[in-house]
Amino acid sequence: MTRTLLLAALVFTACHSSAANPTDDFIEVVPAQQTPDVTSTPEGHPIMAELTTAPAVPPKIFRRHPAHVIVELTINELEKEIAPGVRYTFWTFGGQVPGKFIRVRQGDVVEVRLKNDPKNKLPHNIDLHAVTGPGGGAESTFTAPGHESQFTFRATQPGLYVYHCATAPVPMHVANGMYGMILVEPPGGYPPVAHEYYVMQSELYTSGKYHEPGLQTFDMDKGIDERPTYVVFDGAEGSLVGDKALKSETGDSVRIFFGNAGPNLDANFHIIGTIFDRVYPEGGSVAQEHVQTTLVPAGGATIVEFRTTVPGTYALVDHALFRAFNKGAVGQLKVEGPTRKDMMSPKKADLAYGGAPVVEPPIKTDGDPVLAMGAGTFGRICAACHLPTGLGVPGQFPPLAHSDYLAASAKEKIIGHVLHGLQGPLVVNGMTYNGQMPALNFLSDAEVAAVLTYARASFGNGLSRISPDEVAKVRGQTASAP
Amino acid sequence: MKSLTVLALVGGIATAGPAHVGPGIYRPAFPTSPAEREIAVPGFWLDREPVTNREFGAFVRAQPAWSRDGVKAIFADPGYLDGATTAPTSAPVVRVSWFAARAYCAWRGGRLPREAEWELAAAADAHHRDASDDPAFQAQILSWYARTTPAVLPAIGGAPNAWGVRDLHGLVWEWVEDFTAALVTSDSRDPTRSRVCGAEAAAAKDPRAYATFMRFAFRGSLTARDTVASLGFRCAYDQETSP
Repeated sequence: MTRTLLLAALVFTACHSSAANPTDDFIEVVPAQQTPDVTSTPEGHPIMAELTTAPAVPPKIFRRHPAHVIVELTINELEKEIAPGVRYTFWTFGGQVPGKFIRVRQGDVVEVRLKNDPKNKLPHNIDLHAVTGPGGGAESTFTAPGHESQFTFRATQPGLYVYHCATAPVPMHVANGMYGMILVEPPGGYPPVAHEYYVMQSELYTSGKYHEPGLQTFDMDKGIDERPTYVVFDGAEGSLVGDKALKSETGDSVRIFFGNAGPNLDANFHIIGTIFDRVYPEGGSVAQEHVQTTLVPAGGATIVEFRTTVPGTYALVDHALFRAFNKGAVGQLKVEGPTRKDMMSPKKADLAYGGAPVVEPPIKTDGDPVLAMGAGTFGRICAACHLPTGLGVPGQFPPLAHSDYLAASAKEKIIGHVLHGLQGPLVVNGMTYNGQMPALNFLSDAEVAAVLTYARASFGNGLSRISPDEVAKVRGQTASAP
Repeated sequence: MKSLTVLALVGGIATAGPAHVGPGIYRPAFPTSPAEREIAVPGFWLDREPVTNREFGAFVRAQPAWSRDGVKAIFADPGYLDGATTAPTSAPVVRVSWFAARAYCAWRGGRLPREAEWELAAAADAHHRDASDDPAFQAQILSWYARTTPAVLPAIGGAPNAWGVRDLHGLVWEWVEDFTAALVTSDSRDPTRSRVCGAEAAAAKDPRAYATFMRFAFRGSLTARDTVASLGFRCAYDQETSP
């Protein structure tokens, strides 16, 4: 009993009341206490709203006054792909998932005409979160297949709102694709940007496993257990990938109207390699700045704004990352333009964990245990400064590759550098170095011999081998020196 | 009923008049009062299959007032019998209003089944008279509801359920006599209207009964003159009189 009451109170109250007579003239309703603009009467002839399919967004509204706007939505039940070879019967507002994007102006009187295609099997309706009033329009628009309903509401509050079907069983209607968004633009609108996009996250609960081919059916148990088979952007896996990726150019500003249809999960919206300049959390009016990942509740929305600076391909993900890697929550934003090395360099070094370089042997060490040992020692120790390529860093660490110093120095001198280190000015290949090399006398004779043999044989030096005995000799001389 | 079954077997006839259903107890998915939790349904007779285009065509010829051109606008919407002449004759008739379905059944000496009767008959699977709590059976019904209606409906003649009745699920929706009883009334303040939207989950005896939600939502979306491309009907009878 308690549970029943809770359900009724928390979940379904929006639907649980008698709707106003849909034929009432809404214009007579006392307007909300917003800006004076909102209270004004719509002007001009009724306007047909321009609706778009994701990821497109209708153009910005420049109207300086509220209007009577007509929104025509046709509901279609049809088979579409979730992923290649994976089919599903979607229920849609306008033949696509998510449903058509609606853009109106604050203060507009919006007339919704909901048409349930005669070929459909089920009754449907629409609950727009932009509506102030019982059910959000759900009862006023409850429509049998082959019929049409109309109702009117005033868009009093600006923001980005989700709409969805609210016919029983509601979560199934939403899971099957019956959702979209309506933007109520404040007078003057949002600041102009170069690109606006419409992205909506949702879950799919299929009878088969992830990527199991064939016509899938809705799995009620997975839905109730909140175990989605797919988590996707814009209705299907890959909707925003490859040729269908979102696009921008360096220096351009981008605004994404991001919604989360759920029906179960919160979304953790993140674009890899991007910091949102501004986020309007939950689709509201107050912006947060410098945001990495923004939380979008099921049945909620958010507006993110950022500038694309460095060219490349950026991944849109739900940062609950199993959803991205294993359930399809990945999209792409492709940014074109000149490179920006001042913002981000290309890969400079490939270092193994702990800072030691990953060595790509410049000569083959196969079958030669001395060269193999030398390559290993070089990779662990020497390459940190001289680099795996032996090229060093001009002015800081002298090169070992094609080194005139190496070629001109006696074996004993070079062995001494490794055993005792080296400091003070040094000219290599015409460049002066004044750094410090540490003593590596913890290496065994065999290790010193091997690493020097490796360096002398590699990097275009073509110099002879050094034996452990030669190393021992130098080490002995040093030890016996006064 | 037993004698009818024997007759059917002996005669080798696919159908032998209406099937006897009940008596039984119907437990509504959405009881509106404690007294409604269990409803005793007396025994009745029910058409074994939905009414076909051929059968309805005979009725229309006998009663031209129910033809596509002859029907009064208050009794059927403009889609009434749209496509019926080109549809397969042994497919179920669809795009029939509640008024027309009632008139047909009266012509046949019967009536539309009441919601309780239809639900009692439809709760049976092939082997059990009450499979309403069987998740597999419910999932099968749900998957049919979730699929689109084919452009050309197939012929009647699915497998019989435990009462000997066919096609209650998987072919078309069906009118019931009291389709408005629980859902839509002329008074929009009626709290039972809440069922339209989702509040039914709060009142339902089993919130997992998605297939039942959809059936009740469908009925709730209708008015008596509506016609739908996936909505047909069958008749019920109070006496064992094969028409």
